[in-house]
Amino acid sequence: MSTSLINWFKFASPASFYPLAGRMVPWFAAATLLLAAAGLWVGLAVAPTDAQQGEGYRIIFVHVPASWMSMFIYCVMAFWAALGLSFNTRLSGMMTSALAPTGALFAFLSLWTGSLWGKPMWGAWWVWDARLTSQLILFFLYLGFIALQAAIDDPRRADKAGAILALVGVVNVPIIYFSVQWWNTLHQGASVSMTKAPSMAHTMLLGIRLMALAFWAYTITMALIRVRCIILERELTSEWVKKNAME
Amino acid sequence: MSGFLTPFRQAVRRDLLLAARHKTEVITALFFFVIVVNLLPLGIGPDADLLRKIAPGALWIGALLATLLGLQRLFAPDHQDGTLEQMALSPQSFTLLIAGKIMAHWLVSGLPVVLIAPLLGVQFDLPARSLGILTLSLLLGTPILSLIGAVGAALTLGVRGSGVLLSLLILPLYIPALIFGAGAVEADLAGLGFEGHLSLLGALLLACTVFAPWVTTVALRVALE
Repeated sequence: MSTSLINWFKFASPASFYPLAGRMVPWFAAATLLLAAAGLWVGLAVAPTDAQQGEGYRIIFVHVPASWMSMFIYCVMAFWAALGLSFNTRLSGMMTSALAPTGALFAFLSLWTGSLWGKPMWGAWWVWDARLTSQLILFFLYLGFIALQAAIDDPRRADKAGAILALVGVVNVPIIYFSVQWWNTLHQGASVSMTKAPSMAHTMLLGIRLMALAFWAYTITMALIRVRCIILERELTSEWVKKNAME
Repeated sequence: MSGFLTPFRQAVRRDLLLAARHKTEVITALFFFVIVVNLLPLGIGPDADLLRKIAPGALWIGALLATLLGLQRLFAPDHQDGTLEQMALSPQSFTLLIAGKIMAHWLVSGLPVVLIAPLLGVQFDLPARSLGILTLSLLLGTPILSLIGAVGAALTLGVRGSGVLLSLLILPLYIPALIFGAGAVEADLAGLGFEGHLSLLGALLLACTVFAPWVTTVALRVALE
């Protein structure tokens, strides 16, 4: 009975997770490269030109997966935050802070590519569309999380404060999304709608899926590399780091 | 029942007494609100139609900023002199004590804003009906600002550059309150009815009343560790 419990928490210890993460990094890095190459090939070479949007639509192969990932990573952060607060595991907090920069990067990438796409399609770099606005707010939430963790010197307190903020944020994200959506529909008629996309060709969908998987693998790779750095920083004085990790 | 709420009442009374002995802080926040709201027409121009349109948003954003101003002082002085630690250790409910402090913060920084808002609305040439709705939305909304702000104040307690950090953390979370609060007046002017907005604002207030003091105490215990 107790062995199963021990197995659950075995890799919750930074000392045992550090080598495991090191072994996983090359695999996920390779997966990132393969999936991204395949996704870009399908997206840029195989997928047909869109009848209405021309070649410019191809930015969705980066834009849509980046938006998905930015939202998904925040949820994963909240998951680790909840785990860290309830089980008091150190690694959970490290995972939360390891994920945040990648999430912020994807949120920024999604805004940037969205605006590059919006200029030729809508004729404006920025419109106050509900999705754009809530994506921007998500980006602010990431920045707030990173800033809070950076401002607190004690790493354990930084982890816990960050975890509370991530959980408060994840409760608020849907509220913010729906309030912004309502705000937008009140202010102006639906001048621009991204939901009524024309039915997609199969190859387009395949391209988006491949790129989403590539971003997924990239996120895992970066989070593992970053969490290894955080582990080393925090455990610098411990015996196992001196013995194993410093060669 | 009255026994259960005693810590809450005591905390409210104590913080109100402290505020009464430092009147300038209260008055400064209020004047900050008045000045920020009055600067907007100077920046935008005296066009009455335009001013009437932006009035709800201007007053709401003024209220957000005025709330932020007082939040930094919500826990910091008590943290410095050790009162907060005594509260956390006391046998009385820490959550109720904190809820009392948040209530006092609203009475000191939110309520004056609500009371002076109609006067500023007149400056923006708002009709009487809109003034009433705006004041009602602020009455429901400013407690939300104090409640959410308390979580941020607890998270940034004793942290480097906590003032700027607090705004970065809290302002995005204020967006729903801002949208429903300022939107109530516009919805009424557009003939859509303001009740929906105020109901949602009330729902937000109830949810915040239940969860925010509890989350604040969790965050404070982290800060006090």
